[in-house]
Amino acid sequence: MSALFCFIAGIGAIAGAVGVVVLRDPFFAVLALVGHLLSLSVLFLLLRAEFVAAVQVVVYAGAVMVLYVFVVAYIGGRDESEHVVQIGERMRGRGPAGASLRLGAAVLGGALLVELLIALLGTGLKAVSEYGAPYKPGGHAYGTPAYIGELFLTRFLLVFEGASFLLLIAAVGAILLAGRRGGISEADERLRDRLTPLDLLRPRGTGTMREGVGDDLGLVRVPQPAAVEPAHESGVGSQEPAEPVAVGEPPAGGPR
Amino acid sequence: MTIGWYLAVSAIVFSLGAVGVIVRRNPLVVLLCLELMLNGGNLALIAFARMWGSGDGQVLALVVMTVAACEVCIGLGMIVAIYRRKLPVDVDELRELQG
Repeated sequence: MSALFCFIAGIGAIAGAVGVVVLRDPFFAVLALVGHLLSLSVLFLLLRAEFVAAVQVVVYAGAVMVLYVFVVAYIGGRDESEHVVQIGERMRGRGPAGASLRLGAAVLGGALLVELLIALLGTGLKAVSEYGAPYKPGGHAYGTPAYIGELFLTRFLLVFEGASFLLLIAAVGAILLAGRRGGISEADERLRDRLTPLDLLRPRGTGTMREGVGDDLGLVRVPQPAAVEPAHESGVGSQEPAEPVAVGEPPAGGPR
Repeated sequence: MTIGWYLAVSAIVFSLGAVGVIVRRNPLVVLLCLELMLNGGNLALIAFARMWGSGDGQVLALVVMTVAACEVCIGLGMIVAIYRRKLPVDVDELRELQG
């Protein structure tokens, strides 16, 4: 029974990996990677790594892949094929050069696979062909969360703290890389001078986030003339050229 | 099942990921193929941990997952920054580091 599951999950993992490499649309590549991760977690379960399998499904296939899907949706999963011809022409001065490069990559990958198989299976390790160490089920057995947690908090405490620090650095780096530079973008710039009911209610200079980010403090600048003046000017300007429009407009946008 | 089958699957997944890193042009897919390579390594680690009956390999696999999450975080941030600056999202065209 476990052999059947192992074959199914192994074939699923390899098929998912092939899908990631072959599929053109990045969105489908992400979905193929999700399938790959799920079947890999089945393999982890068969290897008695329950906690790692759970982390694989929850964190990897759940959270990280959602991040990928968001970025694919943001930048728009575009087909690569229109670029291939263009770049091939620029590199060689003629048609698509992708075929020979792709063949070379396949040869390299095949060589790497043979090398890895020799290194992993072809060595004289006798233990590789065994079924693994004896396994005793129980509350504190091999691979359970209790077992992993105890290892993390005793023998691998330094590794654990290092991993948490690495995550912190990565979070700060991602904010620095992808965050907004100017504080407020141009679309928000137009909205800045617009009066909202909240501006009338709250006293000036009481530290909203907008005041902290923007260059002007609310207590220096009085926003009311800035909001009213353009409307007044346009009303004056529209009075001159066209009579029938100007007759209709001053009551609506007048200097009230 | 013997451990060898798991190791064979991990070797195949790793080399498929390597081929993907070489072949693909979209940096997003290159990151996905990098994930494939890390997962191949993870599978080998857990298979060896099962072989010896010790939890060290599983702990190392969890650390590898953490590193992969950091790599995704930084890599996706870079891709979003590249896209914001109207640069082409293409590995072959991004040849210079100058922003």
